[in-house]
Order: sequence, then C-alpha cells, then structure tokens
Amino acid sequence: MNTTLRALLGATALCTVASVASAQTLTIATVNNGDMVRMQGLASEFEAQNPGIELEWVTLEENVLRQRVTTDIATNGGQYDVMTIGTYEVPIWGKQGWLLSLNDLPEEWDADDLLPAIRDGLTVDGELYAAPFYGESSMVMYRKDLMEEAGLEMPDAPTWDFIREAAAAMTDRENEIYGICLRGKAGWGENMAFLTAMNNSFGGKWFDEEWNAQFDSEAWANTLNFYIDMMNESGPPGASNNGFNENLTLFQTGKCGMWIDATVAASFVSNPDDSQVADQVGYALAPDNGLGRRGNWLWAWSLAIPAGTDSPEAAKAFVQWATSKEYTALVAENEGWANVPPGTRTSLYENENYADIPFAQMTLDSINSADPTNPSVDPVPYTGVQFVAIPEFQGIATAVGQQFSAALAGQTSVEDALANAQELTTNEMEDAGY
Amino acid sequence: MARAVTQKRKLIATLAAWTIGMAIFFPIFWTILTSFKTEAEAISDPPSLFWFDWTLENYGVVNERSNYPLHFMNSVIISVGSTVLGLIIAVPAAWSMAFVPGKRTKDVLMWMLSTKMLPPVGVLIPIYLISRNLGVLDSRVALVVVLTLINLPIIVWMLYTYFKEIPGEILEAARMDGATLKSEILYVLTPMAVPGIASTVLLNIILAWNEAFWTLNLTAAKAAPLTAFIASYSSPEGLFYAKLSAASTMAIAPILIMGWFSQKQLVRGLTFGAVK
Amino acid sequence: MSTQHSRTAARFMIAPATVLLLGWMLIPLCMTLYYSFRRYRLLTPDRTGWVGFRNYENFLTNPAFMDALVNTLVLVLGVLIITVVLGVLLAVLLDQPMFGQGIVRILVIAPFFVMPTVSALVWKNMFMNPVNGLFAYAAKAVGLQPYDFLSQAPLASIIGIVSWQWLPFATLILLTAIQSLDSEQMEAAEMDGASPLSRFWFITLPHLSRAITVVILIQTIFLLSIFAEILVTTNGGPGTASTNLTYLVYAESLLNYDVGEGSAGGVVAIILANIVAIFLMRMIGKNLDA
Repeated sequence: MNTTLRALLGATALCTVASVASAQTLTIATVNNGDMVRMQGLASEFEAQNPGIELEWVTLEENVLRQRVTTDIATNGGQYDVMTIGTYEVPIWGKQGWLLSLNDLPEEWDADDLLPAIRDGLTVDGELYAAPFYGESSMVMYRKDLMEEAGLEMPDAPTWDFIREAAAAMTDRENEIYGICLRGKAGWGENMAFLTAMNNSFGGKWFDEEWNAQFDSEAWANTLNFYIDMMNESGPPGASNNGFNENLTLFQTGKCGMWIDATVAASFVSNPDDSQVADQVGYALAPDNGLGRRGNWLWAWSLAIPAGTDSPEAAKAFVQWATSKEYTALVAENEGWANVPPGTRTSLYENENYADIPFAQMTLDSINSADPTNPSVDPVPYTGVQFVAIPEFQGIATAVGQQFSAALAGQTSVEDALANAQELTTNEMEDAGY
Repeated sequence: MARAVTQKRKLIATLAAWTIGMAIFFPIFWTILTSFKTEAEAISDPPSLFWFDWTLENYGVVNERSNYPLHFMNSVIISVGSTVLGLIIAVPAAWSMAFVPGKRTKDVLMWMLSTKMLPPVGVLIPIYLISRNLGVLDSRVALVVVLTLINLPIIVWMLYTYFKEIPGEILEAARMDGATLKSEILYVLTPMAVPGIASTVLLNIILAWNEAFWTLNLTAAKAAPLTAFIASYSSPEGLFYAKLSAASTMAIAPILIMGWFSQKQLVRGLTFGAVK
Repeated sequence: MSTQHSRTAARFMIAPATVLLLGWMLIPLCMTLYYSFRRYRLLTPDRTGWVGFRNYENFLTNPAFMDALVNTLVLVLGVLIITVVLGVLLAVLLDQPMFGQGIVRILVIAPFFVMPTVSALVWKNMFMNPVNGLFAYAAKAVGLQPYDFLSQAPLASIIGIVSWQWLPFATLILLTAIQSLDSEQMEAAEMDGASPLSRFWFITLPHLSRAITVVILIQTIFLLSIFAEILVTTNGGPGTASTNLTYLVYAESLLNYDVGEGSAGGVVAIILANIVAIFLMRMIGKNLDA
C-alpha cells in the first residue's frame, strides 16, 4: 500500500514535471563573446534532447547586456529565464535573493570538479548561485619573433620593469609595431579591471579596512604613472579607446609586441584563421613587483537563473547542460579542443587531449594564482581581484575609469585624475553609508 | 555663346554635385562593400576596393546566428503600426487646429513639440516599471504605443502645416453643399492633403525604424527589432568589421530602399510649412 | 451656432492627442519627480527613504554636470551651424541644372535613413579607428601620422558624425524651399546686373529664413537628446570630454544604477530643455507667423 502510494505520487510528480516541461520557452540572455555564440550554435543538441523546451536567445554586447539584465532583475521584470553574468554580480545578486540556488543540480554535474577559486567566487553562504561557463584570468601574451629581434627573453614570471624595458625595445613606430597594448577604454570592466589588478601587484588597494578610498596613496600614484609612462613610450595610438576587442584586433594583425589581457584571448590569437601571428605567440604570467601579488585577475562568465523565472526546472536543465563535461566534449568533437570553454573544471586540465594546447597550463596557473578573497598585499574589507564586490563599485569604478582614461589621453594630469578619483569615491561611499 | 556658357555651367555643377554626393554616400557604400569581404580582407592594408574575393560568408554567419526575419518583421510591425496609430490620433487634432484655431492652439502645438525634448533616459525606470506592471514588456504592442507617443508631436505638427495651406473656402463650399464633418474630412480634406500625409507617413516610418533607445530597452527576444539585432554585432571578440558590415547592411537596406523609392513623395511633403 | 458646434467638435478632436501626450508626459514625469526625492538604487532596493534635495545636490555639484551642459550646447550648436551652412550651399548646388540630378539627390539623402547606432559603429570602426580605419590609411598613404579622432577630438568627431546624419534633412528642406523661389524675381535681378553672390545674399537667403528656422527647430529637438552616437563611440569620454546631459543622466541611472540621482538629473534636463524650448518657440513663433 505504502509503496503503491509512493509510486503513484512519484508518477504524478513526474507527470507534472513532464507537463510543465512541455512547450516551455526559455529566454536566455548572453554576451556576444565567441564561446557564447558557439553555445548558441550547439544548442540545437539540447533542444533535441529536451523536446519540451524551446530556446530564445538575446545576444547583446557586454555593456548593453549588463544594463539590460540588471534593470530587469532589480525591477523583477521577469523577461529572462537564464542570464549570463560574471563573478562581480553573483555575490551581490545572490545576497539580494535574486537568484535561484544551484546546489540541487544533480550529482553527475559534479560541482566538486569546478576549480576552487572559481567556485568560491560564485558561492554565497554555501549556496552556489551560478554555474561557470568559462573562467579566465589574465596573462602576458607576446610575440616570440619580436622578443627575439629585441634580443630579450621572456621569463615565465616577468616583473613590471622587464615588461617596460621589453616594450620599449620592441616598439617600431615606423612599421606600426607597438611594444605594449593595454586596456585604456573607460569602464569598470575595461581599464579599471586591468588597473585594479595591476595596482594589487604594486601593493595598492581600493579601500582600507575602514572603507576609506585609497587613491591618495603612493601605490596608486606609482601604478598610474607607470602605466601611462609605459603607454606613452610604447603603446599604440588611440589607446584610451581600446578595450579588449580593439587590442585583440591589434594583436591579431601583428601590431602589438605584448598584450596583457584575459587568458581566453589565447585561443583567438593562436587561431590561424583569424590571427596573422598565430604561430609566434608566447605566454607568461602577469607581471609583479616582487611584493607577493601578481597583476592578474579572475573572472568567470556564468549562467544564473533569476528567482522570478516561470520555468525553473527547464532553466536548470539548460544550465546543467551548458556547463557540463558533456558539453565540453561536444565542443571538442565539433570544433576541436582549442575551442572548448576554458577555466572552469579540474577535469579539463587533467585531460590529455587538452594538455597539448600551448596556453592550457599558463591559463590554469594564472587562475590558480589569483585569490579573490585576499586580493591585495594588505588586508582589505572586500573580495574580488579586479573589482570590489559591493553594489556601488561599478558606478564608482566607471567614473574613476573616465578619469584615468582622460589621463591616458593626456587631457588631465595624473595628479588631477587621482585627486578627482579620490574625491568622487569618497563622496559616493559616504552617500552609500559606509 | 550664352548656350555654351550654360552648358559649361551645367557640367561644372554636375561634376561638383556628383563629387559631393558620392563623398556623402561613401560610408554607406564602403559598409556594403566590406560586407562582401573576408574579415582579414576587411582590415587589409592598403584597403582593397573592388579586387578581392567577393564572398557571401558574412551574410551566412549572420543569418545562422540571428533570427533576421523575426527582427525584420518586428521592425516593420512596430514602425508601420506606430505610424498608423499616430495618424489616427493626429489627423483629427491637426484638422481642428488648422481650421478651428483657438486662442491657445499655437501654445498647445508648441507644448506638444516640447514633450519631445524630454530625455528618454530620465524616464526609463518609470516606464519600465509601468510596462512590467501592465505585463507588456517585450511585446510589440508596448513598442507601438511608446513610439506613437514619441513621434506624435511631429506628426501633428507636420499635418497641421499642410492643413493650414489648404484654403478654407473649399471647406466652406463643401459645408454649404451639406457635407458633414466626417465627409468633409474624408472626401475634401484628405485628398488634398495626400502629399502631406504621405511624407508624414514616410518620415515617421524612418524615425520609428531607427529609434534605438526604447526598442532596445523594452524588448528581450520576442519583440526585438533590428536595432537590437545590431547590438549583438557591435563589438564581439575577434575581427568583426565584415560581419558588422553585413549586419548593418541588412538592418539599413529595407529602409534605404523604401526611402529611395519614395523619395519624391518624401521630398514633396517634407517642408513643415517652411515653403511659402 | 455653427461655429459653436464646430468648436466643440474641434475640442473633441484635439482631445485624444492632447490627453495621450499629457498622460505620456505627466505620468513618467510625476514618477521621476517622486524618485528624484527618494533614495532608490537598483542594486540595493531594500534601503529606501526620502532624501530631500540630496539627489539634486549631488547631480548639480558633480563636476561632470557643467562639462555636460557645455558639451550639450557645443554639440547642438556645432551640428546646427554645420548642417545649416552646408545645407544651404548644397541646396543651391542641387538646384542648378545638371545631369543625373535624381541620382545625386538619392546619394545625398541616404545618410538620413541610416540608424544612428549603425552610423556610429561604422564611423568609429571603419573610418576613425587610428589603426585600421580608412582615415588612418589615408593619412599613412600621404606620409602623415594617423590622427586619433575619438580620443584627441571626441566631441568634434561626434559633431561630425551627427552632422553627416542630419545634413540630408537640412538639405532636403532647404532645397524644397529654394525650388519654390520665384524665378522671375531672380531673372529680374540678373537683368539688373546683380552678381550671383549678391543675388544669393539678397534674394535666396531671405527667402530661406523660414526654412532655416524650421530646420533649426526640428534638429534641436533631436539633437538635445543625442545618445546612441555617444554611447557607441566614446562612452562619454575620455574623461567627460564628450558627455552630454542625456548621457550623464544615463550614466547615473544605468551605469551607477542610482535611479534617485538619475531622476533628479532627468528633472534638471527637462527644465533645461524647456528653457531652450521657450527660447526656440519665441524665435519660431515670430518667424512662422510672419
């Protein structure tokens, strides 16, 4: 009797799930990066496996996407069932209770396989609020041929002074070769991501333990001066408008000697279809100043489910599929191992097929050397390597980024830029009640 | 002698006008041309003009990645819908302003125009909240209504200026003949105002087609028009000039072609009462 | 009696448009006013409350505000001057007898049909990019250093892009106006031996004044809220070099996610827009009634 009842209940439950699952439409918001576009292309496999679920895609450029999904989730607009967000948003949104916990994803999805640094970044109070789709740190990508011409040899773990010296030696403005390409475009995810991480390696920080802004510190002055001097010596023209994509194009067309940026770029610059310098790219860890922190960051584009979704089960099924080991295998089979989404799972780096990829080990080392819970030389009250995981950060950092971008363009001095940054950060933080 | 001079003048004018015309058109031409290049060719140094391997690859990629027909249909429905709705509301208003002007008619008209000066970003969150509460986020209906309201002042003003040009005596004659208000508008006024209405319609379709703030912020997947389609090609990773060009060409081609075919109508009426 | 009747009918017919626009204006305006006095940050929605004029204070004392105000004026005036001057010249040129006038006209009006986002993307990437843009190639071809338009002269570059989009509109209206010019008057002046320049100055230009006023009015309405071009090309930078009021309000409400301060900025922008509007209306009103 008891078992029959249970079986019956189970059957009904199954039926409900099945009927709910039939003819559901999931609206998925993603960023227009290569790995996401690839996922969209392969998603027909998912639809074939789950006949009841139909997928609709909203693919947007990063800044537009961020603004759209934030507006929607904060006003409970309910337009999306799955959102692509990063390690900055997850802790904040998770704390607000805006996301569904993914702790109940099934055993075979294997949460323990996720890289610890990445998993920690997506977990709030023991609840995993997003599944990492790909993870990245930053590293130095350089042209072996130009380095050789300059008579230098890149160490595996260079210092900032070496980078600056090498950049000057590689620069050949006549032939449009610029020793160093770095982000200069204003934005908390553009120049500020780079500069915040760089500042960590210069011994600096955003806030001290009482949440006082630190732009009046020597570390920030050193960071910014070093960055701007180096860019003026050896950087490309128009650097203050260059973000990730602009630099990628420059590097691929052979105009950069070195480029310090996201590890995912490695698969683009080494792809002979897109890159004119594919066979000449070498990799090294992000530089340091011998202070115990390197200038590399940690980021993971992740899939999260807003709490207001109509179809939580279908959304979970999709998130599970897109971040599974099977998906990695599917990409490998269709597009080759170099194109699988990197930086999320230990098992990928233990896979011998993947070990042949030249940038695999450097990517893993970079990710492992970043510590979001302890980003700076000194103790700080916040988490996040190239960001500060508080809601106010993106507004403040974008405004600060404008100042630094203007300093790079030569429109303000470093001193003024830092003074303005200090003032506006202090005002905003006071306003926010810190 | 005089003939020779005019002939020479005509040649000079032709040369100058063609040069300027082509310079103005060049960015569009270059975009269309680039859409047929490979990504590497698109940034080649020196740039190649016609002698490259023409390819349709970019169009293939764009079509595979985006649901172009859906975005296209959304653009059509939203721009035509808002224009039609706008006309229905604006014709009576413009009619009465033109023929039964009151003391405050001019003020009302100017006030209507001034509503267009509100910065849309300032009211995004309120409108977003209202749309959410009404359950019309990501629906074409909401966009049709919003774009109607945005362009209504322009429609009313354009129509008003045409209607004003129509001599009142004709209407009075019609009234004498016992025409009702309805038939007055329908049979007397409207035919005379056709060029004006035609260019109002065209201008509004263009404005609505190109509106990129509300169409992007109030839609997700279902109602997203071509402006949202473009946003997914704006700066992806890797080389993108050729793909961006292909997507741009696909987004502007319909309205460009429509504009060219109807430019006579557009020009004839696009005066805002400026010609006297 | 009949007038009374038609007056009532007239009111009745204006009503839908007026009521709708009133609603469209008042409802969001009231909500914006409400939020502008409240603390409302999208990312910390649980902390709310009345804050008095705090949001206004923050917005108005923000150093970016004065920059934005100046930039807005420079942007509007710059585009107006360029489009009106070039528009008049182009209209005069297109009015001359020539071969293939129709085709030239098609070429000239084409930019008007291009979405602002698309034109900004095309100009930014394919023309003004200092490494891969066409202008850079052209500069290199004649041995010059490529000029970095969007960081060295951001506002001027944006003025250029926007002028390209609006020049067709100005040209079209002015051309229509020129074509309505009484040719007898022109011929008479020619007979009297007036030079082409003085004919242009004393006959054509005065005749165009009304059309020019209309061009100014319509364009100002659109230029005050230029947004997409800035967002795509410079993000308001470097620094605040190309931030206009609309963009500043956007930055507050959707980059800072501070709806309260964004709303205060919106209210300020509305007030300023209305001042411009009153000024314009005066000018137009005089010219249009004449």
